[in-house]
Amino acid sequence: MSVSVQTPQQRDHATTIYERSRPGRRAFTPPPLDVPEVPLDDLLAPHLRREAPAALPEVAEPEIVRHYNGLSKRNFDLDSGFYPLGSCTMKHNPKLHERVAALPGNARLHPLQSPARAQGALELMWLLERALAEVSGLPHVSLQPSAGSHGELAGVLLTRAYHADRGDERTLVLTPDTAHGTNPATVTMAGYEVVKVGTSPDGGVDLEDLRRKATDRVACLMLTNPNTLGLFDPNIESIARIVHDAGATLYYDGANLNAVMGISRPGDMGFDIVHFNLHKSFTQPHGGGGPGAGPIAVSDRIAPYLMVPRIVRTEPEGGGAPVYDLDHDGPKSIGRLRGFQGNYGVFVRSYAYICSLGAEGLREASEIAVLNANYLLALLKREGIGEHLPLAYGERCMHEFVLSGAPMKRDLGIRTTDLAKRLLDFGYHPPTVYFPLLVEEALLVEPTETETRETLEAFADAVGEILREAADDPEIARNAPYSTPVRRLDEAAAARTPVVRQPPPD
Amino acid sequence: MSRYTSLTDDDLRVMLDLIGAASVDELFEDLPEGVRLRRPLDLPAGMSEQEVFAHLSALADRNVSAADETTFLGAGMYDHYVPALIDSILSRSEFLTPYTPYQPEISQGGLQVMFEYQTAISELTGLPVSNASLYEGPSAVGAAAYLAKLANGRPDVVVSRGVHPHSRATLETLAPGYGQNVVEAPLRDGVTDLDALTGLIGPGTTAVIVQQPNFLGAVEDLAPLVAAAKSVGALVVCACDPLPMALLRTPGELGIDVAVGEGQSLGNRLDYGGPSFGFFAASQEHIRRMPGRIAGETRDVDGRRGFVLTLQTREQHIRREKATSNICTAQVLNALAGVIYLSWLGRRGAVELAELMLRRADYARRTLTALPGVRALHDQPIAREFALALDAPVEAVIERCAAEGVNPGYALGRDYPEHPDGLLVAITEQRSRADIDRLADVLGRAVAAGSRTGALTGARA
Repeated sequence: MSVSVQTPQQRDHATTIYERSRPGRRAFTPPPLDVPEVPLDDLLAPHLRREAPAALPEVAEPEIVRHYNGLSKRNFDLDSGFYPLGSCTMKHNPKLHERVAALPGNARLHPLQSPARAQGALELMWLLERALAEVSGLPHVSLQPSAGSHGELAGVLLTRAYHADRGDERTLVLTPDTAHGTNPATVTMAGYEVVKVGTSPDGGVDLEDLRRKATDRVACLMLTNPNTLGLFDPNIESIARIVHDAGATLYYDGANLNAVMGISRPGDMGFDIVHFNLHKSFTQPHGGGGPGAGPIAVSDRIAPYLMVPRIVRTEPEGGGAPVYDLDHDGPKSIGRLRGFQGNYGVFVRSYAYICSLGAEGLREASEIAVLNANYLLALLKREGIGEHLPLAYGERCMHEFVLSGAPMKRDLGIRTTDLAKRLLDFGYHPPTVYFPLLVEEALLVEPTETETRETLEAFADAVGEILREAADDPEIARNAPYSTPVRRLDEAAAARTPVVRQPPPD
Repeated sequence: MSRYTSLTDDDLRVMLDLIGAASVDELFEDLPEGVRLRRPLDLPAGMSEQEVFAHLSALADRNVSAADETTFLGAGMYDHYVPALIDSILSRSEFLTPYTPYQPEISQGGLQVMFEYQTAISELTGLPVSNASLYEGPSAVGAAAYLAKLANGRPDVVVSRGVHPHSRATLETLAPGYGQNVVEAPLRDGVTDLDALTGLIGPGTTAVIVQQPNFLGAVEDLAPLVAAAKSVGALVVCACDPLPMALLRTPGELGIDVAVGEGQSLGNRLDYGGPSFGFFAASQEHIRRMPGRIAGETRDVDGRRGFVLTLQTREQHIRREKATSNICTAQVLNALAGVIYLSWLGRRGAVELAELMLRRADYARRTLTALPGVRALHDQPIAREFALALDAPVEAVIERCAAEGVNPGYALGRDYPEHPDGLLVAITEQRSRADIDRLADVLGRAVAAGSRTGALTGARA
């Protein structure tokens, strides 16, 4: 039986705020004009003024609230469901963090307030720097970069400054073929040429290939460890030796740091520069893709080139509380990478997280992240699943693992993307698909430490059910999803003739 | 066990059994002995939630925020009123806690927000295409220089000294990586010196970068600067203050190629400098060179309207070393605050707010420059902020005002040594006429005190 009634929510499907606009409606009441009214032309000549007002929406507050509430209901989020998105580390965001970030002393603190009147903020940043130095095993930290990829850019520019300062001309940067796509893009933006290093059959860096390519033209090797296959490279000490013998620096992409906090430190592995994704390892609500923060830590030899300003702490002579300041001087510094002091609001949350967990808690978080991943892997190795979605490399994993959907595609006729779309109908966010690139039909799964055993089991059961269903009728998955606000979208058409804004009103 | 994880001893046993491991330690056996940390991290022990709250509250209490004093501090970030509905909408977990919308079918809300945001930025700047935001203003200036490199491959970026010092510093850091040199065009009478600029540009100029209003608060007459840049085939990039843009001639109307800027004043908190968002809009021809994320409209298999991340073939996850930038994120939550704020202001309200700031800034400039020992640094038109020159040491004046609960503004000396006596004063709708009159009172006395000291010690002429 078909029922033709539509609720307003269904009818208003994808109506934009501009389409809700009606001339004359408004939400803003301006404060009164309390200064003498001077003719506008006397203040700003007509040739400096725009011809027509910006066609912003004309809506009253109730409509704005309903509009964005309505949109929020068309979003999947971590607080509502499981998000095993590999390499993104979607762990729980403690609620306390929003409360402390919103304290007026933080939220309404102007970035150019004099350091003497921002002692709490500077101390918090200094304490966070010290904690990140301890977790990374590298003594010098800059909080400035705004995201992991921004930290990468900082790291490669530091490498450039380091070599240039020594009069050492180098033009190449090595990245493994498993690297995040940001690594090669960063290398190019920093003026270097990318040279790929291969992966050995066990999933680590191909040492022979590395030895061949680690010449005196190489400035740096960028490495993720554990890598995007979810494996800790057992040859890391040899890799560090080869790279350092070639005179190059070793860069640690911290995207996967969540697996090794308190267990193994990049500095102890021989890395010179590391970036942190604070939003991953130290929590931050991901906000639909930002904001995050990507601080870096470096060894002594890289420290002179760090970004300015830097936070300095001095003990007053004759005792008393330490004093914090911003040091803008850095004769060898690469300079500034962004405005002001970085994403301080993110620092507050990450520092709160470190305070909550402490030394023991950070290590435990990594241990449980790895345990949860291995448990989910074991569940997905069971009969009815494992033969269709085998583990791509190795036997066990760190905090994430890569399955290959190639047998599933061959035997059941559904692709990884079909499995992902069908998972949406089961109420799960799918794992990362088609990355890393060297695994056919890749599925990169990261459950994180904050999920319960029951959640992992239910997810594995859902995967099993989808595979059984596909064995019966692959069309179900191929046409999925069915339960979502929209079904499969034509991405090719969107890119062919891009419509990236609401058409202007007539 | 931490309060954010939930495994019981029973869970642990069952899980290790299925994995076939004797202990959690065994899961780390691939780690060579030489790289294992065989001691606890040297960090304090974990705390209860209430202890963490108390500790962070105590730190926050040691800051003097805009809640604690009457502040005229701006210089790129501003103390605007953030309407309550922004907090309400941003705290919804469906906006706060999702990831990048890699699965568009369950991310329509966030994707539509990006689309609406892009439209608002296009409207403000008069340019047809906008991305879904970048980190913040200064790094957006750096990203615009990279777009210029991709567009014409020329080596020299010419940047006005009126561009925010942090933007210029960021550009100096990034440009060498792009193979670019940065050349600075000086100011005259508070605005970019057209003759000097014309002398600095040529066939090697990839882009000319200006700011509107510039860092000294002056509204630049951009048309002749744009014409000069275009005559040598350079791109023009304008860093814009978004709220005055409701009133000012738009980059689109002026034929400017790229408009960027700091979005903090659009519904975002000060947060000691971040997170906020940078906006980035461009003319149509640059759409495939634009960095960062873009949402586009499309249809689903049933013909329903929907939104996706589009033009991703420009991006690092597909093009890797050939990508138009290395950026794999946006400041989506901050941009959401921006589009809600602009919807709250609306078509008329944006103009009203810009006019109110302009009128109060003008009143403030006239009132303050009537004080003995206070002059205007320039007489150019302004929109929200203006520069003064004081007959007293600026840092000491700021200290004296602060002691009376008024922060009079930003000392220009660090960034503009040619103006050691400069003070930059910002006006928002949060600063009433009464606040401005109070500033005049406090500043007048502070300058007088400073001038007396100066006369006594002979430290200043």
